[in-house]
Amino acid sequence: MLGYDVSWAAFNIVEVMSSSKFTYKRIGYLAASQCFHESTDVIMLTTNQIRKDLSSPNQYDTGVALTGLSCFVTPDLARDLANDIMTLMSHTKPYIRKKAVLIMYKVFLKYPESLRPAFPRLKEKLEDPDPGVQSAAVNVICELARRNPKNYLSLAPLFFKLMTSSTNNWVLIKIIKLFGALTPLEPRLGKKLIEPLTNLIHSTSAMSLLYECVNTVIAVLISLSSGMPNHSASIQLCVQKLRILIEDSDQNLKYLGLLAMSKILKTHPKSVQSHKDLILQCLDDKDESIRLRALDLLYGMVSKKNLMEIVKKLMLHVDKAEGTTYRDELLTKIIDICSQSNYQYITNFEWYISILVELTRLEGTRHGHLIASQMLDVAIRVKAIRAFAVAQMATLLDNAHLLTGNTQRNGICEVLYAAAWICGEFSEHLENPMQTLEAMLRPKVATLPGHIQAVYVQNSAKLFATVLKSQEGDTDGTTAQEASQLMIDRLPLFVQSANLEVQERASCILQLVKYIQKLQQKDVEVAEEVCALFAGELNPVAPKAQKKVPVPEGLDLDAWINEPPSESESEDEQPKAIFAKEEPKHSRSRHTEVDEKELARRREARKQEQANNPFYIKASPSSQKVYQETPGVEHIPVVQIDLSVPLKVPGLPMSDQYVKLEEERRQKARAEKKKKEKKKRKEKRSGRGKKHDSGPESEEDIAPAHMVDIVTEEMPENALPSDDDERDPADPHKALDIDLDNLVESAGRRPLADSEKLPVRSHRAVEVQKSPVEDGERENAASQEPKKKSSKEKKEKKKDKDRDRKKSKEEKKKKKHKHEEKEEDLLGDQTDEPVVQSEETSEVAAPPTSTSAEVSDLDFWLSNAPLPSNTQEVATAVASAAEAAPEPGAPSVMAPDSEPDEPKDTEMEEPKSSKHKKKKQKKEKEDKEKKKKKKHHHHHHHSDEGGEESVQNGTVEEEEEPLPPMSNYCLLAENTYIKMMMEDADEVYDIQGNLQDGSQVVVSVIFENKCDSFLKSMEFNVLDSLNSKLQRPEGSGPHDGLVVPFQLPPGVSNEARFVFTVQSIVMPQKLKGTLTFIVKNEDSSTHEKLDFKLHFTCTSYLITTPCYSDAFAKLLESGDLKSSSLRLEGVNMPFHHLLARICFHHHFSVVERIDSCASMYSRSIQGHHVCLLVKTSGQTVSVDAKCDEPTLLGNVLDEIKQTFSQC
Amino acid sequence: MIKAILIFNNHGKPRLSKFYEHYNEDTEQQIIRETFHLVSKRDENVCNFLEGGMLIGGSDYKLIYRHYATLYFVFCVDSSESELGILDLIQVFVETLDKCFENVCELDLIFHVDKVHHILAEMVMGGMVLETNMNEIITQVDTQNKMEKSELFSFQSTRQDR
Repeated sequence: MLGYDVSWAAFNIVEVMSSSKFTYKRIGYLAASQCFHESTDVIMLTTNQIRKDLSSPNQYDTGVALTGLSCFVTPDLARDLANDIMTLMSHTKPYIRKKAVLIMYKVFLKYPESLRPAFPRLKEKLEDPDPGVQSAAVNVICELARRNPKNYLSLAPLFFKLMTSSTNNWVLIKIIKLFGALTPLEPRLGKKLIEPLTNLIHSTSAMSLLYECVNTVIAVLISLSSGMPNHSASIQLCVQKLRILIEDSDQNLKYLGLLAMSKILKTHPKSVQSHKDLILQCLDDKDESIRLRALDLLYGMVSKKNLMEIVKKLMLHVDKAEGTTYRDELLTKIIDICSQSNYQYITNFEWYISILVELTRLEGTRHGHLIASQMLDVAIRVKAIRAFAVAQMATLLDNAHLLTGNTQRNGICEVLYAAAWICGEFSEHLENPMQTLEAMLRPKVATLPGHIQAVYVQNSAKLFATVLKSQEGDTDGTTAQEASQLMIDRLPLFVQSANLEVQERASCILQLVKYIQKLQQKDVEVAEEVCALFAGELNPVAPKAQKKVPVPEGLDLDAWINEPPSESESEDEQPKAIFAKEEPKHSRSRHTEVDEKELARRREARKQEQANNPFYIKASPSSQKVYQETPGVEHIPVVQIDLSVPLKVPGLPMSDQYVKLEEERRQKARAEKKKKEKKKRKEKRSGRGKKHDSGPESEEDIAPAHMVDIVTEEMPENALPSDDDERDPADPHKALDIDLDNLVESAGRRPLADSEKLPVRSHRAVEVQKSPVEDGERENAASQEPKKKSSKEKKEKKKDKDRDRKKSKEEKKKKKHKHEEKEEDLLGDQTDEPVVQSEETSEVAAPPTSTSAEVSDLDFWLSNAPLPSNTQEVATAVASAAEAAPEPGAPSVMAPDSEPDEPKDTEMEEPKSSKHKKKKQKKEKEDKEKKKKKKHHHHHHHSDEGGEESVQNGTVEEEEEPLPPMSNYCLLAENTYIKMMMEDADEVYDIQGNLQDGSQVVVSVIFENKCDSFLKSMEFNVLDSLNSKLQRPEGSGPHDGLVVPFQLPPGVSNEARFVFTVQSIVMPQKLKGTLTFIVKNEDSSTHEKLDFKLHFTCTSYLITTPCYSDAFAKLLESGDLKSSSLRLEGVNMPFHHLLARICFHHHFSVVERIDSCASMYSRSIQGHHVCLLVKTSGQTVSVDAKCDEPTLLGNVLDEIKQTFSQC
Repeated sequence: MIKAILIFNNHGKPRLSKFYEHYNEDTEQQIIRETFHLVSKRDENVCNFLEGGMLIGGSDYKLIYRHYATLYFVFCVDSSESELGILDLIQVFVETLDKCFENVCELDLIFHVDKVHHILAEMVMGGMVLETNMNEIITQVDTQNKMEKSELFSFQSTRQDR
C-alpha cells in the first residue's frame, strides 16, 4: 500500500471487511484491493464474507464488495462466486448491474469455464436500458474480442445496430475499436462499415471519436486489399483528416495523427509519401514522442531515390540531438531504414559504409554492437564492397584511440570487433597489411573488453598469414621476418590476459609464430601452410537455421546417455567435468572440415537462387569504374558547416562525398541514357519516346553503383518449412478462446453441457417433486430441440402443456426465491462448498437461447442487408427462421429462473459422486421406511461441509471414510394434518444497522402437509418471553400471529422463516407457540391448531468463525477466559467424525489438529469467544473449554454432552 | 484496460497509486520512480502520451498523463483504450475531485487518500472504465458518504444513551 508492504495486516483487513458497518467494510475492502493478490493466503477466508456482501440488501455493500473483488479475484474466488455475480448481472439497480457486468471479465480471466454459461446474459446486457450497463457490457465484450476476435464475429450485427443508434461517445469508441479488430477476419464487414464510418468522420465534432473512426477505416482498408472502387477516396479522406490532425497546434493530436499515419503507411505508402514535407517538419518538433513517431513514418517512406537525402537529414539530427536516448533511437532508425528488406533501397554501399563509420563517432551510444553487426553483415554479404570496407576498417583500427576514449563504459568500442574481424578475414584486400597488423597489436588494445581482444588476437594471425603470403616472392624476406618478430614481441602481453579466451588464443598463436620464425630462418617456404589455416569462406547463417534443423530419427534428448549418477557422487565429479568440457575445443576450425564438393554444390545452389532473386541486381560493367577512377578527395566540399564535427579525422570517409558522387554518377547515367535515346530517336524518328526524357527519374533508372552480391543466408538441409509464431502459452487470454457461436445462434448446435454450468451453491428449493414422467417429458423436449422442424406439430401441443406447468412452477419459485436468497446469505456463514444432492440434479435446463435479431445468420446479414441502418429488415428476414424454431422464447424465459436452481457443482468429481449416490439411496430407503411421504431435501451437504470447512481452516481432514449424514432438522410437532420441522436455529447473524445490543435469530420451519386436503391461512404465533421475542411486522400487536406466506396442497412441504430478537444468549430458551390453519376439503373446511415448543439452544447463538492458530494462541494467553471441562465416556466414533459433529452441530471450526487432539473455536453473536481443546484416547473424550462467559460455556458443554449421548 | 493509475507531485512523491495488476512493493516503487522521471522532464507544451516505461507492460502500453498545478495524474493503459478518451477521463476525475473536495489541492489528496480511492473506484473498476458521467459519480459517492455519516451519528447517539 503506497509502496509499503502491509501483508502483516492481511488478517486484520479481513476482519475489518467483515464488519457490519458500511464505514468499516468500505475501508476494509479498499485495503484489501490495495494489498491482496493471488498469493495472499487469507483470501480464501473471504469467500463467504464476499458472498454475503454480494447478496446484501444494501446496494453499496454489494458495490463495495464488487469493487474490491475486481482487484483481488483469484481462480478459486472466481469459481465460487461466478454464479453469485451472474445473478447480480440482472439486479434491479443499474449501479450493481454495471459493476457485475464489468467484473465478469476478471472472472472469465481467472475461471474461463464460466464464459460459456455467462455469455448469453452478457449479451443481453448489451441492450440494457441503462447506458452505464450497456457501456460496461460493450467494454467487457471488446476486451474479450480483442484477444479472440473470431469468436465474436457473430455479434457484429448487434454492435452495428449499437453503433448507428448510440450517442455515447465512450460506447462508440469502444465499438469502433472492436470493429477494427473484427474486420481483418471478415472483409465483407469492412465494406458495410465504410459508409457509416465516413459519415461519422464527417459529422462528429469529438476528436477522439474522429480519430478512432479514421483508425478503423484504415483497418478496414487494410483488410480490403484494393478490391473496392471508392477505396482511394476513403484513403484520401483519412490522410486528409490526419493531415489536419498533424497540423493542429495541439501536440496530442499531432502525435495521434502521426501514429495513425504510420498504419496507412504499411499498405498505402504512396498516399503518405506525398506528405513527406510535413513529416520531415515533425522531425524538428521539440517534443520527443512526436519526433519518434515521425521517425517511424520515415521508415516506410524511403525509396531508392530519397534514401540518401533522408538519411542525410537524419544524420544532421543525430549531431544536434541532446539526449542520448533520442540519439540512440535515431541511430537505430537510420540502420533500420537502410537495412530494411535486405538492403533494398541502398544503391551505393560505399556510401552506407561511410555512414556507418560516421555513426561510430557518436559518443556514449549503446548501439555499438548494432553498428558492428551491420558492418559485418554488409562486408560479408556484399562481396564487391569488401575492398572498400577493409580500407575503411583499417583506418578505423588505426584511429581506435578515438573510439576508446573512455573505454569499457563506451559501447561504441564494439565496432572495433567488427573492424578487426573484417580486416583479418578479408586481409587480401588490404593495401598495407603490415601497418594494420601493427595497429592491432598495440599495447592499448589490452584495455579493450575481453571478447574484442580475442578477435584482435585471432585476426592478427590471419593478417600475419597474409603478410607472409605477400612476401613470399621477395628474395630478402625482411618484411616477413619483421612481421614474425612483431608478433613475438607483442603477443606475450595477451598471453598474460585475465580473459581465458584471449589467453588461450594468444598462447597458441605465439607458439605457432615462434615455430614459423624458426622455419623462416631456415628459409623454408611456409606461407602456403599458414594460409591454409584460414582458408575457406564463411557464409551468413539464417537466424532460424538452428531451429530448422530436423531432429534425427531415434534421437531422444531427454533420455539419459549414461545412468544418472547418484547424488552423493556428483560433488566429487564436478572438477572432472570442467576439464572434460574443454577438450572438444580442438575441433574448432570448422571451415576446413567442409569438403570442397559440398562447398561447390552450395555455391551452385546459391547462384541459382540469386538468379531468381529480384533483389539480386546485375550491375552494368561500367558503373564500377566510375568509382575507382575518381580520386575521392577532390570532391570533398570545402564548406560544409552543418556537418562539421569537432573530431574530424583525416582519412575517415565523409558520407556526403558519396552523396555527391552518387548524384554525379546518376547524372552521368542519365546523360548517357539521353544520348542513347537521342540516338534511338534519330534512328527511328517515330516520336513515340518523346515523353520519356521530361519525366522525373523513375526508380528503375537508378542502377546500383556496385555489383551488389547480396549473399543469402544459409539454411540447413531438409529444414522444416514451418513458421512458428506460437502465442505465449502463459497468456491468460488463450484460455478464453472459447467458441461462443453455438450459444448465440439459434438451434443450439452445442448447448451448454451439464459440466459447463457454473457451480451453484445449494438451494433448498423446497419444491414440488416432479413425477418421473414429467421429468422424462421435459428431457425429451430438450433433447429434441435440434430436430424441431420434423416434430413441429407434436411439439406445439406438448409445449403448451409444458408452458402451463412451467408458469405455475415459476410463480411458486419466485415466491420461494426470495426466501432462498435470504437464507443463502445467512447460510454463507456456515456453508463453504455445499455439495448438492437432490433429485433436481437430473433436471436439465433448457439451453439459454436468444430470440432477437442477432440469431440471424451473420452471412445473411453481411451479404443481403443493403442499407446500413436497417436492422429491422434483418429482423423480419430472420422471423422466418425464428418461426421454424417453435417458441424460442420459452426456454429463454425459463433460463434465468431455472439456472440458479440448477444444483450444479463442478467440485463434485466423478468418483465422489458415486459415493454420494450410494449414500443417497441408502438414505432414501431409510426415509421411506420412516415416512412415506417425506419429500423435502435431506441435507446431505452438511456432512461434506463439515469436512471441507475444517480443511479450509487449515487443519487435517484426510479423505477418510465418509462421514455419516447429519441433519440438524428436528421435529417440532406433528398431527394428522401437518408436520413441523425446525431447523436448529443456527442461522444467526448480527442485525445490520442501528440495533447495537439486540441480536437476531432466524428459525427456519418446514411445514409439510400430510393429509389429502388443502391447508391454507396458516398463522404462526409464539408466546414471547422477556428474553426472546418474535419479530412481527410493524403495527401488529405483541400477541398477533404471523401469517405463513404460502398455502400447502396435499403432500407438499415448504419452508418459512421467522426472526426472533434475543436479549441474553447465555441460557437456552424454550418458547411455546401455536400454529393455526384451515383444512379445506372439496366439501368442508375446518379450523385446526397445533401446539409446539421452540427450543433455542446455546449453540444456536454461536457462529462458525474461522480463527488462525496464532490468534487463537493469543486469545488463550490473554487470561480473560474462564475454563471448564467435560469428559465423555464410551464415545465410539472416529476422531474426525467427532470433530465434524462438533463443527456441524455446535458451529465450531477446527483451528488446529494434531493426531488425536484438536483445538476448536467459535464465537457467539454477541462476541463471546469459545475455545475448545478436544482430546481422545480410546473411547474417552475429554473436552477442555474456555470462554469469557461461564454460563454460556456451561450450557454449550451440556449441549455437546447431550449430542454425544444421543448417538 | 488500464494497468495502473498514479498520482504524484512535482517532486515525485506518490499521492495515490492504484495498480490493477499485482507487483511487489519494490517494483511498484520503481515503476513510480521511473514514471516520474519520464514524465517530469517533459515540457508543458508537449503531447501527453508517452511510450511506456520498461517496467510496465512493454510496447503495447502507453503512459497518458496530465499535469495540474503540483500534481501529475498518470494513467498507464494498453492499446484497447482510446488515448484521447483517457485524457478526457483524467479531466473528469480531476473535476470530480474538485467538486467533492471543493477546490481540491494536494493536501486533500494526502489527508483523504481513502476518499480519493472511493471516487476512483466509482470511475474505474478492475482496470476498466466504469462510469464517465461526472454527476452520476458524484451522486454515488455522496450517497455512500452520507451512509457513513449516519452510521457515525447513530454510533455516537447510542454511546450517549449509555
